[in-house]
Amino acid sequence: MNLPGRRAFAQPQEDGVSSCFARPTAPSVHFSGRVRVGPATIIGPLALEVGGGRWTCLLGPSGVGKSTLLALLAGLDDHLSVEGELRAGDDAPLAGRVALMAQSDLLLPWLDVLGNVTLGARLRGERADLEHARQVLDRVGLADHAKSWPATLSGGQRQRVALARTLMEDRPVVLLDEPFSALDAGTRARMQDLAAELLVGRTVLHVTHDPAEAARLGHEVLLLTRSGLSRVEPPATRPPRAYDAQDTLGFQGHLLRQLLEAR
Amino acid sequence: MRRVLNGLAAAVVGLLAWQTLVMLGDLPPFILPSPMRVAQAFWSNALVIAGHAAVTLAEILTGLVLGAILGGLSAVLLAASPLARSALRPILVLSQAIPVFALAPLLTLWLGYGFWPKVLMALLIIYFPVTSAFFDALVRTPADWVGLARVMGARPAAILWHLRVPAALPGLASGLRLAAVYAPIGAVIGEWVGASQGLGYLMLLANGRAKIDLMFAALIVLVLITWILHWVVDASCEWLLGRTSA
Repeated sequence: MNLPGRRAFAQPQEDGVSSCFARPTAPSVHFSGRVRVGPATIIGPLALEVGGGRWTCLLGPSGVGKSTLLALLAGLDDHLSVEGELRAGDDAPLAGRVALMAQSDLLLPWLDVLGNVTLGARLRGERADLEHARQVLDRVGLADHAKSWPATLSGGQRQRVALARTLMEDRPVVLLDEPFSALDAGTRARMQDLAAELLVGRTVLHVTHDPAEAARLGHEVLLLTRSGLSRVEPPATRPPRAYDAQDTLGFQGHLLRQLLEAR
Repeated sequence: MRRVLNGLAAAVVGLLAWQTLVMLGDLPPFILPSPMRVAQAFWSNALVIAGHAAVTLAEILTGLVLGAILGGLSAVLLAASPLARSALRPILVLSQAIPVFALAPLLTLWLGYGFWPKVLMALLIIYFPVTSAFFDALVRTPADWVGLARVMGARPAAILWHLRVPAALPGLASGLRLAAVYAPIGAVIGEWVGASQGLGYLMLLANGRAKIDLMFAALIVLVLITWILHWVVDASCEWLLGRTSA
């Protein structure tokens, strides 16, 4: 891949390795059971397996409950009634080990970029590590925008700030709710590469309705349709896969066909 | 600039129409004085009017500040505590069925003829608009923001302080803009009921002595005060919130 600017914010390889050593292995996440949303809607029964330290794409059409599953994993389950079990592979509680990145960047307009990136610390009443925040901003290529207001940034830049905020949380499990779907094609491809590079080693569950995205990014690809959850075997190449490689394109088409046939 | 010029033009046209009406209708000055007479009354009583205006302005500003603080705190309390919400909200809404004006004689009875009953009137009039505008904004924080904060491990108090309050400041601002216009009404009603100084008192006094030109002069000063107050509050809200408009 020959992406302009990518080298500029790519970190040396040993950095990724050292942070892998510093962090205990990211746990796998398992859910089996049913989720009830209101009186009528039921998702499942299904068994969701998210591999530890791997990028799992959850692909499906709108309205099958992808985002509900994500909310469940995020612990935002007030409105859900859950019949089943959610647990991490290491049997420690999931709470406090999850970071969330949504379709909307959710930047607070009254905070500058640095303030948004350090939002988690502020919300927990901790001292914000501004030094680290600047390093993270550098890694997403926004070192010059630390003092910018969100309103002055482009959609792609805003989503990179959201990625920096997610990295700042430094959680082993990262939940992505279609975070790239509102970006234009070029920006989206760059964001996918950047996220794949920076979130490596974490347990990622990436909800998407875009077969191309799932084909590029997933170590695992799960298909959620009205008939249930199924695993689709991805190509052997390592993600992020080249968007123009034959196996990526073939897999993308295969996923789309599965989506169409499932409806 | 253009807006200012348009406003000036409208004012001049209005004054001309007023003067023409008085001249053509041959209205006596104790029914409707001409703008010229009002201007004369204003100049010959400028110091007196200024003194009364200062009193009224002090009442308005004190009522405005206290009402804003009290309304702001009430809204935060209502938003923070479901208990406070269920206990206080019906009372708040019911209290709005009481015409605040009818309370003015009571306030004078309890607090006398001085400064505070007027402040309290201004406060009572603006309390509900401020509280309700701010509260409505506080309970409309985008759910995704709150969800993100919860995943980040924020306690409800931190979510309220760092997220819901700043996000609701535009709501508070629109409450304050209303308050800037309402507060003078409260102060003047307080003065009508019982006072020894203030623009409302001066207007009653002038009315009683058939000095309608002086009454108009006092009224115009009151309008100017209200207009400037609204402009100042509007501009400061605009300036303070300007950078947050996404």
